[in-house]
Amino acid sequence: MNLPMSEPVIEVTDLYKSFDGVHAVNGVSFRVDAGQTVALLGGNGAGKTTTISMLLGLLSPSAGEVRVLGARMPAERHKVLGCMNFSSPYVDLPKRLKVWENLTVYAHLYGVRDVKGRINELSDDLELADFIKRPFGDLSAGQKTRVALAKSLLNAPKLMLMDEPTASLDPDTGDWVRGYLERYRARTGASILLASHNMGEVERLADHVLMMRGGKIVDQGAPRDLITRHGRETLEQVFLDIARAGDT
Amino acid sequence: MSEPDSVCRPQGAFSFRRVLAVMLRHLYVLRRSWPRLLELAYWPLIQMVLWGFVTKFFLGHSSWVAEAAGVLISAVLLWDVLFRANLGVSLPFIEEMWSRNLAQMFVSPLRDAELITALISMSLIRTLISVTPAAFLALPFFDVWVFELGVPLVAFFTNLLVFGAVIGITVAALILRFGLGAESLCWLGIFLLAPVSAIYYPVDALPEWLQMIALSLPGAHVFEGMRGVLFDGVFSWNHFFWAAGLNVALLSLATLFFLHMMKMARIKGLLMQQGE
Repeated sequence: MNLPMSEPVIEVTDLYKSFDGVHAVNGVSFRVDAGQTVALLGGNGAGKTTTISMLLGLLSPSAGEVRVLGARMPAERHKVLGCMNFSSPYVDLPKRLKVWENLTVYAHLYGVRDVKGRINELSDDLELADFIKRPFGDLSAGQKTRVALAKSLLNAPKLMLMDEPTASLDPDTGDWVRGYLERYRARTGASILLASHNMGEVERLADHVLMMRGGKIVDQGAPRDLITRHGRETLEQVFLDIARAGDT
Repeated sequence: MSEPDSVCRPQGAFSFRRVLAVMLRHLYVLRRSWPRLLELAYWPLIQMVLWGFVTKFFLGHSSWVAEAAGVLISAVLLWDVLFRANLGVSLPFIEEMWSRNLAQMFVSPLRDAELITALISMSLIRTLISVTPAAFLALPFFDVWVFELGVPLVAFFTNLLVFGAVIGITVAALILRFGLGAESLCWLGIFLLAPVSAIYYPVDALPEWLQMIALSLPGAHVFEGMRGVLFDGVFSWNHFFWAAGLNVALLSLATLFFLHMMKMARIKGLLMQQGE
């Protein structure tokens, strides 16, 4: 699927999602352009994962519209699911399957042409060779994250949705993952939407930050602009200002 | 506000309170899981009903089995086809939930209809692996060659496979809606149908009101057909068409039900919430 240059990769308009009368996402609008990395930043319950679920077509909006690569989600999801991918510590892969078996299954699901070649390529790139023949369930958290990343890159996606990609990782592995994502974006021009509450990660990766609280976007801008606008020194301080403003 | 007493004191070697704590962990699950509660009372009830009808029938037909050697063993094997076909669909689906893999699959280009087709195909493979050794071993053990049923065996097998898949798809849809707390439906659903499937006795051994229910399900037609071949050497096209027709209708309904539950899961956000 090729979009015109001016067409956004993600376009969310006046999006609402409520569960039993509680608004998890409350009138959110934003866009992500080609090659951009945008971060959804917010505390627990801010609506980041709910927003990502609607972008993936896993969740139907209560109101509003989600367009991904030009397709309305979830109704037209099958037009674009092959062009995007997803990674999250909150989902998993079958534990008894070996790493290469898991990757083979997903390579077929995504219609990858040269399955073996692509897995070898990712194995080299993400340094999976030492454990590619081991069951996924036997791996450490860092190794699992690399496999999840490999799974999310199998189809060389134009759009990657990453829900807290470095949660529960040690600083070294977290840094490695962030570095990899930077290189991948520079190499392919893919767009990345990142949900995180890791300020360092967001500051390093994102061109644009959407600050969420209570299901709404309460502020947005480039990380440096946000810091300047709030008269702070770090994004973490901005985050705390915004989070605590909601508590008062 | 005063601080509570510290719990930092020597603990007894055996504490009923800790026993109760562990019991509580399970009671909390039990009290909010109607399938688990139902399951407790379910098995004795189903066994009682099934073997009650078997006993009642054999009291009046003591020479029945002698008229067609292997009728009970053939019935058991065909019942297992239905049982395994059901599990062959529902268990792989549950495995995806156990491994928290369902969301990953549904954000891939996989279509719902493709998932159902894959599950039914897996069910065929699992069923063949399950029943083939038993079917062959019935010969040396009991001198029963189930393949003596001939070509009709293919018709019986296919109908039971499809009916098992119908039950499996329905169960998978319910588990998607109610979560893994309802996983015992895999076994509950199929055994609920055992007494009315006329596996070990003819449909007319059932009370009249149950005969109506039995004949509205493909299983009873298959087992009636099996007895027709074994006792009279006649393949009943009537029972075959009823079984096939009912299967087509039920498979369509089960698929629609599954698709509806998928839609509900997308509205309620169930695809991201998996686990206990």
